[in-house]
Amino acid sequence: MTELSAHVVILGAGHAGGTLAALLRQYGHEGPITLVGDEPIPPYQRPPLSKAWLKGEADAESLALKPLEFYAENRIDFRPSTRAVKLERSARRVHLADGSTLSYDILVIATGARAIALPIPGAELGGVMFLRTAADAEQLKAAVGPGKTLAVVGGGYIGLEVAASGRALGAEVVVLEREERVLARVACQALSDFFTAYHQQHGVKFELGASVVGFEGQGKVSGVRLADGRTLACDAVVVGVGATPNDEIAKDAGLECARGVVVDLEARTSDPAVFAIGDVTHRPMPIYEGRMFRMESVPNALEQAKQAACAITGRAAPAGEVPWQWSDQYDLKLQIAGYAFDVDEIVIRGDPKTAKFAVFHLKGKQLQSVEAINAPPEFMMGKQLIGNRKPVDKIKLADPSISMKEVAA
Amino acid sequence: MAKITYIEHDGTEHVIDVKNGLSVMEGAVKNNIPGIDADCGGACACATCHVYVDETWLAKTGDKSAMEESMLDFAEGVEPNSRLSCQIKVSDDLDGLVVRMPESQH
Ligand SMILES: Cc1cc2nc3c(=O)[nH]c(=O)nc-3n(C[C@H](O)[C@H](O)[C@H](O)COP(=O)(O)OP(=O)(O)OC[C@H]3O[C@@H](n4cnc5c(N)ncnc54)[C@H](O)[C@@H]3O)c2cc1C
Ligand code: FES
Repeated sequence: MTELSAHVVILGAGHAGGTLAALLRQYGHEGPITLVGDEPIPPYQRPPLSKAWLKGEADAESLALKPLEFYAENRIDFRPSTRAVKLERSARRVHLADGSTLSYDILVIATGARAIALPIPGAELGGVMFLRTAADAEQLKAAVGPGKTLAVVGGGYIGLEVAASGRALGAEVVVLEREERVLARVACQALSDFFTAYHQQHGVKFELGASVVGFEGQGKVSGVRLADGRTLACDAVVVGVGATPNDEIAKDAGLECARGVVVDLEARTSDPAVFAIGDVTHRPMPIYEGRMFRMESVPNALEQAKQAACAITGRAAPAGEVPWQWSDQYDLKLQIAGYAFDVDEIVIRGDPKTAKFAVFHLKGKQLQSVEAINAPPEFMMGKQLIGNRKPVDKIKLADPSISMKEVAA
Repeated sequence: MAKITYIEHDGTEHVIDVKNGLSVMEGAVKNNIPGIDADCGGACACATCHVYVDETWLAKTGDKSAMEESMLDFAEGVEPNSRLSCQIKVSDDLDGLVVRMPESQH
């Protein structure tokens, strides 16, 4: 349907849902828009929660995607603290937690993902936290500071960002990772080694190959128990072991789901009147021959919001993007483009010891992904090379004295 | 507070009062002005908040950091007066600032 008068109901007022509501108005959608979110505040950016916001360098106002007035001014019926519980596709109706219902012409599922909890004793103790929402971040900020010890369970990007911010706030930080290296699922050995060493220089302690089997404390956490029998004392814990899509509503309604709600390049689900966007989706990626995967990043949420906005308003779909994301830790800027699918060779450009280098992942002569540390040219040019699928000269690529413009020429 | 004029590529002007402490990018995004995408929300990681600063204002908007400079080096349609608008902090000194947007940020 591309009628500009359709009633669009968006479930989930996060980065994807909030962006879509604004884009629909920018693209000339005239019909009613209802934005349903279970959090008490309007859509906001999550990335600063583990970085600038946690360190006190950004406030709530700067987190918000748009000021609250924006929604009324743009005739977007924003409903905070409202949870959708059930989708009835045959009647084109959504049931809300308060017992009321909402009818739609077009429905968009933008319910994101939630942090995975550890099913271990003590997980319910006070001071055992996650970092997914602004409310979580508020709680975490109050728990870290000089004289406090923070245990971070999980050495992924969010865990490492929290570790860096925790140090900046004066806390002692220990990172507990089950694998033998940090970032094991997402990065190569060289990058893991670099991040571990850099964090150690900033006073972070690591327990690698450490399986957390329980949390101890009376009402409030006071220690983390490891599989080897040791207990490490701490005042607070952040569990950062990944996220799982909030796709239950879609599943119950019989929509096709895999590792999230399955969508096409227009962000449409198996029901043509229902779209899904952001962290909740399992989507095709054109530059990797349509391979399907679930991505948790802001650029991904923005791209799919654009796809849905274009399809709903009858615009041509956006050109296929190169997926990318970033991370900030201390004075490090990490920029990642692409995914390391079917990679047979890794080329490192520059010297990790100088904290300015890039790791390129290649499949034959084809660049699949780049991880750039304090190296914007490598990121920007690498992203273009991944997108245009041009063969790359590995000898030139490995030589930092040859500019990236020349490498790509 | 500073009055900032944002000019879209097609010449459409938007005059906005932006609070001190916000960036020139935030002033645009919070007011839903088309032409500044700001995919990374101001982390100096995406170069989709590219603007041209009116020549008379270049000195007042300050110097580019090395990071901003090298991001811009690879953005499209870069001119000597190009800046990443997320890296320009608004203060009373910028009252009257004029920035223009490129045709596209991608
Ligand atoms: C701490 C942190 C740091 C991050 N850092 C980066 C980064 O540096 N770079 C990057 O690219 N990405 C980063 N991300 C990922 C990025 O924030 C997500 O990919 C993005 O927010 C996804 O947008 P979304 O709208 O799909 O989901 P969300 O933003 O999570 O929004 C989903 C919303 O739906 C609500 N909801 C769920 N179920 C219901 C229901 N039944 N009814 C009503 N509402 C519901 C949720 O409460 C939530 O408000 C970070 C994420 C976190 C948590
Ligand atoms: S908003 Fe991304 S670089 Fe300015």
